[in-house]
This record gives sequence, C-alpha cells and structure tokens, in this order.
Amino acid sequence: MGEALLTQKLVGDRLELVAGGSWTAPYAGELESEIDRVAGGLSGTKSAKTTDVSIDMGGVRELDTFGAWLLERLTRQWTGAGRDAVVVGLPQHGADLVEEMHGVNREPPPQAPRQNPIVSFFAAIGRGTTGFAGSFHTFAQMLGETGVAAGRVLVRPSEYRLTSTVHQFDRVALQAVPIIALITFLIGAILAQQGIFHFRKFGAELYAVDLVGILVLREIGVLIVAIMVAGRSGSSYTAELGSMKMREEIDALRTMGFDPVEVLVLPRIIVLVLALPALTFLGSMAALYGGGVVAWLYGGMSPDIYIARLTDAISLTHFKVGMIKAPFMGLVIGLVACAEGLRVKGSAESLGIQTTKSVVESIFMVIVLDGLFAIFFASIGM
Amino acid sequence: MSETPPVIKVRDLVVGFGTQTVLDHLDMDVRASEILGVVGASGAGKSVLLRTIIGLIPRREGSIEVLGKDLDEVDESERRALERRWGVLFQQGALFSSLTVKQNVQFPMRENLEISQRLMDEMAYAKLEMVGLSPRDGEKFPSELSGGMTKRVALARALALDPEIVFLDEPTSGLDPISAGDFDELIRTLQQTLEITVFMVTHDLESLYTACDRIAVLADGKVAAEGTISVMLESEHPWVKTYFQGKRGSSLADRELTQ
Repeated sequence: MGEALLTQKLVGDRLELVAGGSWTAPYAGELESEIDRVAGGLSGTKSAKTTDVSIDMGGVRELDTFGAWLLERLTRQWTGAGRDAVVVGLPQHGADLVEEMHGVNREPPPQAPRQNPIVSFFAAIGRGTTGFAGSFHTFAQMLGETGVAAGRVLVRPSEYRLTSTVHQFDRVALQAVPIIALITFLIGAILAQQGIFHFRKFGAELYAVDLVGILVLREIGVLIVAIMVAGRSGSSYTAELGSMKMREEIDALRTMGFDPVEVLVLPRIIVLVLALPALTFLGSMAALYGGGVVAWLYGGMSPDIYIARLTDAISLTHFKVGMIKAPFMGLVIGLVACAEGLRVKGSAESLGIQTTKSVVESIFMVIVLDGLFAIFFASIGM
Repeated sequence: MSETPPVIKVRDLVVGFGTQTVLDHLDMDVRASEILGVVGASGAGKSVLLRTIIGLIPRREGSIEVLGKDLDEVDESERRALERRWGVLFQQGALFSSLTVKQNVQFPMRENLEISQRLMDEMAYAKLEMVGLSPRDGEKFPSELSGGMTKRVALARALALDPEIVFLDEPTSGLDPISAGDFDELIRTLQQTLEITVFMVTHDLESLYTACDRIAVLADGKVAAEGTISVMLESEHPWVKTYFQGKRGSSLADRELTQ
C-alpha cells in the first residue's frame, strides 16, 4: 500500500482533501481511520474555522460500496455541521455508487432497548421459572395426547403403525444390546470390587454379593439402562422430530389428516415402554455376571459360592421392584423426548437446545421417578 | 468488449457421480460485467456446473479459470483471496439460522476485513437497503423471514464484500411472479451500479428476458446454444426450440417484440 488514501491541506479557509489508491473493502479499515482523523479536525480548535471541504476523487483507482459509503459518511459530517462538501473528479461509475449510497443509513439504526441489569437478572429468573413450569405443562400435554392416541388405536387397532414400531424397536432395543450389556457388566464388576475391597476389612466379603445383588436388581440396573437410553434414544427422538418440525414434515402430516402424535410419537413411546424392561433385564443379568466374574478373579470366590450366596441374598421382590419401574421410566423418557422434539423452532440452534434439554430433563425425571418409587415401595413393604 | 478476457473460462470440463457423467467436455466463457443466464432441463447439470466452478464439486477433467487464475494452480491463500472476490446466492438462501439477518450479512466482513464494528453495522444496513430491505429487518432471524426476504438477505450477504462475480442459483425460484420480477430488476440494477459479473442459473423465462445479457443452454452435458435472446429464438436445437418457442416462451417473446 504505497499510495496515500487521503491527504489534506488547508487552502485559505477551505480544507482540500485529495483521495488516492484503492477505496475498496480490503482497505476499508485503514480508510476509516484516515477519515475519522480528518473529520476529527472539524471539531478541533484549529480547523474548526474551516468552512468548506472539497474532496478530489480523481486519483482513486478503484471504488466500491465500502469506499463510496465512507465518502458519503465524510460528506455527511460536513453537511451535518452546516458546511459545504464538494466532491470532484468522480468517474461515472463511482458517481452511480455514491448516488446509491446517498440514500442509505438515513434513519438511525434500530437500537436494542438497554436493560437494567438488576431487572434483567430477575427477569431471567422469572423466565426460567415459568419455563420450568412450562416444560411440565408440555410434558402433561404430551402424556394426554399420547393417551388419547393410544385410546384411538385401541378402538381401531388396524390403524396402529406396526412397521414403524418394529423399526424403532430394532434401533432402540436390539442395537442397544451390546453397549448396554458392556456398561452394566462393568458397573456390576466395579460394585463387586468395591464391595469386596471394603468388606474384606471386616472379614465380611460374602456380603459383597448381597450388595451387588440387591443394588443391581433394585436400583442400579434400571437406572443405568434408563440413563443410557435417555442419552442414546431420547436424544435421537428429539433430533428426529425436531428436524421434521423444522422442515415442515409435521405440518404436512397434519394437513393430510394424520395426527403426528399417533403416527410419530405413539409408536416411539410404546417401543420405549417395551424396550426398557427388556434392556433392564438384560442389563441386570450382565451386571450380576460382571459381579460374579470379579468375585471369582479378585475376591477368590468360586462361581458356585457366588450363585449360592446370591440365591440367599436376593428374592423375587428385588427383581420385581426393578422391573416394575422400567416401563414407567421408558414412558417418561419417551414423553420428554417427543415433547421437546415438537417444541423445536426454525433454527439449527433451537434444535441443539431442545436436544440438550430433552436429555437433561429425561435423566432428571428418571431420577425423580426412581425416588418416588423408593418411597412407594418402602411404604408397601417391598 | 470482446477483447477483454473472459472472467470465467471453463474448458473441457467433465464432472460425474459414480457411473453417471453430468457434464461432458463442456466449454464456456463468462464475459466481464455481463449477466449470463444458464438454462437447461431439470437434471441437465446447471447447479452442478455452478458448484463445480465455485469448487464444491470435484471435477474429473478440464480446467476452470476465474478472474484470470487457473483454479488448479492456485495455492490455499490465493484460493481464499479468490473466494473473497466472488459471492454466492444458494438456492435455499443458506442463511445461518442461529445468526440474525444483520450478523449474516456481516459474517463475511467480520472474517475477512479488519474494520470497526460501527463501519460493519453501517455497511450491513447499507447492503440491506440496497437489496430493498429496511434496517429494522436486521434484527430478525432467518426463520422469521418470508421466501422473498430470505433471497434478498442471501443476496445482501453474497454482496457483502463487493465481489466481482456473483453466482446465483435459481434466484427467483419459489417467488411469486411479481417478487421474481422485482428481484430480476434488483439484480439488473445492482449489476449496473456495482459493475459485477453475474452467473445466474435459472428456470425462469421471465428472468432471461428481463435480466440476462446472454444465455447459455445446457443439454447433454454441453453448452447446446449460447447467445442473446434473439439467437435463442432462432436456434434449431430441439430443446431450445421447445423452451423458447413453446406456449410460455412465445407469449413472452411476442410481448417483448411489441414493446
């Protein structure tokens, strides 16, 4: 950049500016500070006496909208102060551009209203609270709509989407088997190792089997599976329904006379209600197996003793407690995932927000539900 | 006019997917400061040609020269510099949905120029006004825009860095005829004030009549015919004949002649 973009000299009481070089986008930053420097002199003490300005654009090699706008801004600063601004030597093409720029930015840009930080702090809390209440509302609404759709399907079973259900079952249950089995196996193994390690101090290693058996069947098996499914299938439900909402596929279904809840949501939720007990059963077995392997290799407990101890420690009740909870957790995950999916708005960002929300909310709900069940089972003595 | 070198020079271009060849040894020139309309049947490879020139689709053979630079010979930084000299309007607008309209228009400026936020704001509003939107629309998100507004914002974003070439992929598709007509005029006006070269893929006969200087017809992977509207009307190529002298085409041609 050899050429000066703008040189100034004072002739009498007239400021003469000579422009040169390229008044284009790549030099816009440099040019802007030049112009600000020149314009700054206007309000300064010395050159404030300057009455008029003339800008000679004859030396400008290239001009684009950036340059044209900056020229326009410069002249506006002079005319705004009640002085004359004359532009000379503009080529025809440049004159068109400057003419085009003459009309723009006439109205002040819309200002975002400035918020009082204290007010906006409380406003954020308020919005958060109503949003939290709102998500319960949508949850209840989705529960109701699904109930109605299920009722309709019960009356006319031929309308139920069996193909979709089978497809979803394959994705949610069958394809989840390896990862669920692996994770629960590891959890069972870790529980057994910790139990044996700590109980050994009291010589009560055998009770580690009670710990593993009861914990896995009542709580850990179903919780781990529910959290895995919420992360794995709940998020995919939300993203799927959300992008369908974004691309107006949901609206298309509705206009064709289909109820999106019946077509899309109901099969997905039914699949989860079926898949969670199945995966819980599988997960619990894998965890007990993992516990057994560790008890054998780490605790030196032969498989026969492990199994004998297990049959003493656990009863059918423990198994039932875990399994009864599973379908309800499936229902909650499905409802939250689908409700959040249908709340997606037009942007990609909103899809991300709703998917995050779906996973966080469904894991939260799963744990709350687990707590409620614990109280319930305790009070009926299970 | 004819002495100035072409802005885009495509030679012997072959592009295909799998076993299918879409463009088959295609030659094409785009001259400086003209609006070239590219037409052809659906699936003839118009969008493929556009996407190949801007480098989104790899080519099998042939060379493409843009603004005097062979795309095969430029290195990474030269290529980025070259990309700054063109703007693209995608068919669906391709606005960033998590940014406001103003931020969308400012995005190329923010990434490529070192200018103050104030100048960036002023330029964004200026571009929005140039494409016929009001500064108030600047705070909206893409999901709140109508189809016509989306196209205008996308055009404003394509023009953000004052490119020398603008690629338009079906700029008027999905617009009502009046908005489409306005959009054609807008492109024409902008092309004249900003002296840009426009490469426009279109289906819209009306656009060809009102906006384009020259037309290139793609058929069988090649440029089947090239020239002004009057050349097209006299062409003997079967597809060109049906297209321009069919019911829709000829009524426009009559109207054009009576004016």
